[in-house]
Amino acid sequence: MELTREEESALKGEQGEIMQMAYRILVATGEATDAEKLVPIEWTHLSGVNYNTIGDAGEEFLSSISKDARVKVKTTLNPMGFDIDNVSNYGLDENFISKQLSIRNSYETMGVIPSFSCIPYEIFDIPKDGTQVAFAESNAAIHANSYDNLKTNKESAFSALASALTGKSPYSSLRKEDSPNVTIRMKVEDPNELTYGMLGFFAGKVGDVSVNISGLGEMDNRQCKAMCGGMGTSGTCAKFIFGEGDSDAEKIDFDEKAMQNVHDELNTSEKGDIITLGSPQLGLEEISELAGKLKGRTFEKRCMIFTPRTVKEQANKIGYTNELERAGCEILSDCCTCLTPLIDKDNVDAVTTNSIKGAFYLKNSNGVGVNLKSLSQIIEDETR
Amino acid sequence: MKVLVSGKVEGTVLKSNDAINFLGTVDKKTGIISDKNHELYEKSIKDTILVFPSGVGSSVGAYTIYSIKSNGTAPLAMICQKADLTVATGCALANIPLVILPNEEFSSINNGMRLSLDTDSSHPLQYQ
Repeated sequence: MELTREEESALKGEQGEIMQMAYRILVATGEATDAEKLVPIEWTHLSGVNYNTIGDAGEEFLSSISKDARVKVKTTLNPMGFDIDNVSNYGLDENFISKQLSIRNSYETMGVIPSFSCIPYEIFDIPKDGTQVAFAESNAAIHANSYDNLKTNKESAFSALASALTGKSPYSSLRKEDSPNVTIRMKVEDPNELTYGMLGFFAGKVGDVSVNISGLGEMDNRQCKAMCGGMGTSGTCAKFIFGEGDSDAEKIDFDEKAMQNVHDELNTSEKGDIITLGSPQLGLEEISELAGKLKGRTFEKRCMIFTPRTVKEQANKIGYTNELERAGCEILSDCCTCLTPLIDKDNVDAVTTNSIKGAFYLKNSNGVGVNLKSLSQIIEDETR
Repeated sequence: MKVLVSGKVEGTVLKSNDAINFLGTVDKKTGIISDKNHELYEKSIKDTILVFPSGVGSSVGAYTIYSIKSNGTAPLAMICQKADLTVATGCALANIPLVILPNEEFSSINNGMRLSLDTDSSHPLQYQ
């Protein structure tokens, strides 16, 4: 990798230990991903926030570096483990809460915007086309590359943190123009968001860096997010390009059979004890749509809804939260279905959700059963 | 050879042909591999030159590498066959030298060998 004189000096430790560590991370990541240089980035989005995922080692590391480390560019943050406003309702242990608050504190001390959201692309302004960013949350990286005309690697928690501290990121393949060697042909008819989530999951398994996807009709916001979430869960692929791609690209069909295979892998239960909506977290449009679809109906089971705090505040003003709470929904900010400690296999056997990303983590990390249903089906079956 | 994290060390090789998942299979207090199915089960990686094909598993494993370094139970250096981001970032966080070797050179390293590694030298790897 070619480094500028200033980057070399930081790597040698002439700008302090924190900068030296940050550049060590960028160089190791860059060498591992065949980047030839570092490029300036304008925005980083960090993962590695939930105590459930980073544990004591992560908490201690962040607490130690936050004494000196300060972010150099706009830096936003993934969800944490709970919503402080209602955490007392969920019987989470004191140790978890205090460790999580320490993590929050460390990030705030470093100058990070405490957004606790996995949908930065919906709650912050999108910079101009072609802007280099560094997003660690997989669904956000895929959304940025595929829908928002931004450029990012599928960053790790560490490379994104190093980018936040230096304002640089390795110039790896996702930042360059590419023509994927695989084209997925969408063959399933009448797709809903669950279909698109499964398509994304499928694409993530067959794609390496990026994939072409053909045969897509008009997609709404919920379907786009579902596809990004699904893809980020199953592999390293972090960009889809709409269209047939090069003629020599390998063609793979996503048909009813391929979809059934994904469904069988993730759907492990015939019914759920509770419902979760939001992984990725719901944006204002989805909240508004849900309030509209409910039309006075009430959930017959617990229904947990995950949304960013800023969206919840807007929804409050418009009156959506009133309507959702009337229907029996629990609205949670700052956290997400994905890797939440609030759903525990001691209390819950299975969860009904329309999220492929949520399903993957509920099954593999929380160890609970998953019952997949589209939102329309959930409203039809689970409300009255 | 590709240098991911630079440095200079001397030590004895502990080699495994199994990949290593640092999250959950390495005891952070002792540096002992606790996975019964692993070739290095019950062996300590502390102060070795750890030679293995690559890391696998969750990227949070990078924090484990940082922890074993803080606890004084980390290897002196790591040598892999294939670069992976968990080991790369873990070694970068912990400042543990890490190099990637071509297959042939990787195969020629055996358990118990004495090695010196100096990534700035024109002959970075010396067999003693």
